[in-house]
Amino acid sequence: MNANVPILPDASALAESGRLRTGLARFFAAPLAALGAIVLLAVVLVAILAPVLSPQNPYDLMQLDIMDSRLPPGSSSFNGVPYHLGTDGQGRDILSGIMYGLRTSLLVGLVSAVAAALMGTTVGLMAAYVGGRTEGFLMRLVDLQLSFPTILMALMVLAFLGNGVTNVILAIIIAEWATYARTSRGTALVEREKEYIEAARCLRIPAHRILLRHLLPNCLAPIIVIATMQVARAIGLEATLSFLGLGASVTQPSLGMLISNGYQYLLSGLYWISFYPGIALLITIVAINLVGDRLRDVLNPRSTR
Amino acid sequence: MITTIIRRGIQAMFVIFAMTLIVFLGVNVIGNPVDILVNPDLNQAERLRVVERLGLDQPLWQQYLTFLKGLTQGDFGTSFVYGRPALDVILDRLPATLELALLAMVIALVIGLPLGLYAGLYPNRISSRVIMTGSILGFSLPTFWVGLMFILLFAVELGWLPSNGRGSTVEFLGARWSFLTADGLQHMILPALNLALFKTSLILRLTRAGVQEVVAQDYVKFARAKGLRENRVILVHILKNLMIPVVTIIGLEFGSLIAFSVVTESIFGWPGTGKLIIDSINLLDRPVVVAYLMMMVVLFVTLNFIIDISYTLLDPRVRLDGKG
Amino acid sequence: MTPLLDVRKLVTEFPVGHGRTLRAVDEVSFQLGRGEVLGLVGESGSGKSVTGFSIMGLVDGPGRVSSGQIMFDGMDLTQANPEARRSLRGRRIAMVFQDPMMTLNPVLRIGTQLTETLHAHLQIGHNEAHARARDALALVGIPSPEERLDAYPHQFSGGMRQRVAIAIALLHQPDLIIADEPTTALDVTIQAQIIAEFQRLTEERGTSVIWITHDLAIASGLADRIAVMYGGRIVEMGQTDDVLSAPRHPYTRGLIRSVPSQNSRGTRLAQIPGVTPNLANMPKGCAFRTRCARADAACESRPGRFGGPQAFHRCFHPHEETA
Repeated sequence: MNANVPILPDASALAESGRLRTGLARFFAAPLAALGAIVLLAVVLVAILAPVLSPQNPYDLMQLDIMDSRLPPGSSSFNGVPYHLGTDGQGRDILSGIMYGLRTSLLVGLVSAVAAALMGTTVGLMAAYVGGRTEGFLMRLVDLQLSFPTILMALMVLAFLGNGVTNVILAIIIAEWATYARTSRGTALVEREKEYIEAARCLRIPAHRILLRHLLPNCLAPIIVIATMQVARAIGLEATLSFLGLGASVTQPSLGMLISNGYQYLLSGLYWISFYPGIALLITIVAINLVGDRLRDVLNPRSTR
Repeated sequence: MITTIIRRGIQAMFVIFAMTLIVFLGVNVIGNPVDILVNPDLNQAERLRVVERLGLDQPLWQQYLTFLKGLTQGDFGTSFVYGRPALDVILDRLPATLELALLAMVIALVIGLPLGLYAGLYPNRISSRVIMTGSILGFSLPTFWVGLMFILLFAVELGWLPSNGRGSTVEFLGARWSFLTADGLQHMILPALNLALFKTSLILRLTRAGVQEVVAQDYVKFARAKGLRENRVILVHILKNLMIPVVTIIGLEFGSLIAFSVVTESIFGWPGTGKLIIDSINLLDRPVVVAYLMMMVVLFVTLNFIIDISYTLLDPRVRLDGKG
Repeated sequence: MTPLLDVRKLVTEFPVGHGRTLRAVDEVSFQLGRGEVLGLVGESGSGKSVTGFSIMGLVDGPGRVSSGQIMFDGMDLTQANPEARRSLRGRRIAMVFQDPMMTLNPVLRIGTQLTETLHAHLQIGHNEAHARARDALALVGIPSPEERLDAYPHQFSGGMRQRVAIAIALLHQPDLIIADEPTTALDVTIQAQIIAEFQRLTEERGTSVIWITHDLAIASGLADRIAVMYGGRIVEMGQTDDVLSAPRHPYTRGLIRSVPSQNSRGTRLAQIPGVTPNLANMPKGCAFRTRCARADAACESRPGRFGGPQAFHRCFHPHEETA
């Protein structure tokens, strides 16, 4: 296929089985990315199957025994249930805590990244399509927001709304939407100038149709890449905010909360309470970043040839 | 040039003004200030009296004007926790944050710039590849967890460095500083390293990308063709062209270092503004939160303004375009 | 008397991965006398620029001079240590680049870019360097040189920048200047000015020049001798008049015929059929044979040099008649 031949960009291009297959083949051609994808899959499975896999339900206070608190890795409870990674201050099995914590972390990451992508892409596409003053104003807003660090935006939102998981998700969305807006507008601007959009306008195809059927599909690739990376960022940010005591509730701890719980024991050398949840967090983030990195290479139209 | 500065200045003022509106609305509309500002144990009559004294019975726009008027006089209200003016509470803590952020920036520069330069000049060496892989790790590792691991390793296991507080301080220029005492410096090392981690990776990668772009330029080859020594080619011809992006990053990232110090300060019990804001959010000490947020807004807007101006000073091309 | 420059069987190669290399310069040999001007002519990709950079010792890594000798004033540059080569660059061998918009560092003042060249080779004070830099600018015809020393490159036009580059090249009164298409990026009128200026300055000083160009017309106006490069090799070399009036190699002949001139008006310009072969898959034997009407089985082996070191061609079936 020659890149210079003008073809009507096909909305369902990615779904085309042939291209999808070559895309997958290209993706898995990089061993690190393949490893990342496999690890990520495993992490997601563990999170989904946590109730089945975990030795203990860490949210069920009845199952916790305060007598078993702060046991080192490799210990076991009086009735013989092993604590592979030790227990925390309330006698909670760290391994089970991590499995359940992954659920919260992944959920927060996924929900906030998708919601921010929806919001940002909508704004970006609208700005590019409408143009003029509206575009100028929206993009000024985006520039302004991007000049503040994420954590500051998140702190501001949480200071207004108060703590809690929902508010953390909201804070991440508000802090991150601007990235999508800038990217989708950038891509849409290039697309907007092309003749087929001109043609579509002349044919009086309704605006929402042009936006959804023509502009959006062309912006999808970069958005997917950013969203993937953003899931990792959101998980990290959530963990940070939870660590600071601004995030998830104590009853349903995320990985950040687990790490935070272990902080007070760190100075007494009880490393495992913070260490293992941190490793789980690290593995998740690195796996997502590896996948995202490769996606960028595969989806970048310039790198196809 | 002057008109550019004035135009930028007006834009900056407008942004600050808009942010006062957002912060005011955030505090007063999203949250109900009466619940927060008034002791719930008071009876109805006392409650009303406090509401009246705080001006909360007045229409919103009037409250906003009062708020603005307070701002211009540096009056953000009185901290509930400390019983002192909120701004004073913050200013007391500011030196601790500033010296920590400065040291972190210096560390990030001293490590990131030379390593980035090296990796950019000799991209095919194995050592360069190791450096680049390390920088990916610097991006991926969650800062707060690395901080905890620092404590575990250097403070608990090895016992080399203290992990909490500022250590001894001395008074200088009307504020107390840690970096002037040996004990204080020891206390600064771990938090500063932790804070510098992400920025080091960032500066390293930017420098490398910049070097690779610049070394391919004809003027670098021409500089060599003139018989200049390699030191001069690297330190003047390459580095000076790199300074524009690097200075921008230093400026922008210094603000973000102060913002991110909330994490590091919380881990290492560093009594700066970052720890203060987290404590204040958790204790619902709104005047301090508002004062902190406004201070950060002003800081960032000012930094952006300064960066714009220094761009003009560093890059002769921009400088003259501004004149014409 | 030994020639100033004696290049012997120079080979410059670039690795292209999988242990394979690409020969950009393939056993190039030529001599250059003092005060002589050699026109090095060829299409882009013929290896003429890489030849120039090989002499300078500035081949872009990972490319390198892999064999051959570059004798400069009796010293073999390929064996010289980096510091010795550096001290020659800019002092005894100078270079002028193709694009004046790119050769001056945008963030350094013109004065700095001149004086640093002086300081690189001489122990002189600030004031003396300043004065010499000013004189150098005046020499190449830049008005009010004192003020212009404080200016930045972007304040100069392309032609003025190339004058600055020439001033830098002349600072140390070098024995040899390698001019790599120094006028290609300029307007035609400016081009003529720069060439005339350059010619005057080098003639006055007896400087040897290698003028690299794809433009046979420019080379013929400037050079004492012409070397035609094709596919990394010199396919023909000789006195300018001889080469132009009686080209032996079919490629040279093709080049000459594709230059429009007044007596060829109205007739169709001859063109060389085909395209320059890729360096990565050069035809075996004579590189030109795939485009050559005279090629036969003999051309599949590599043509040697026919003629002496000063005038030769590499063709089994040379043209005998005049063009």
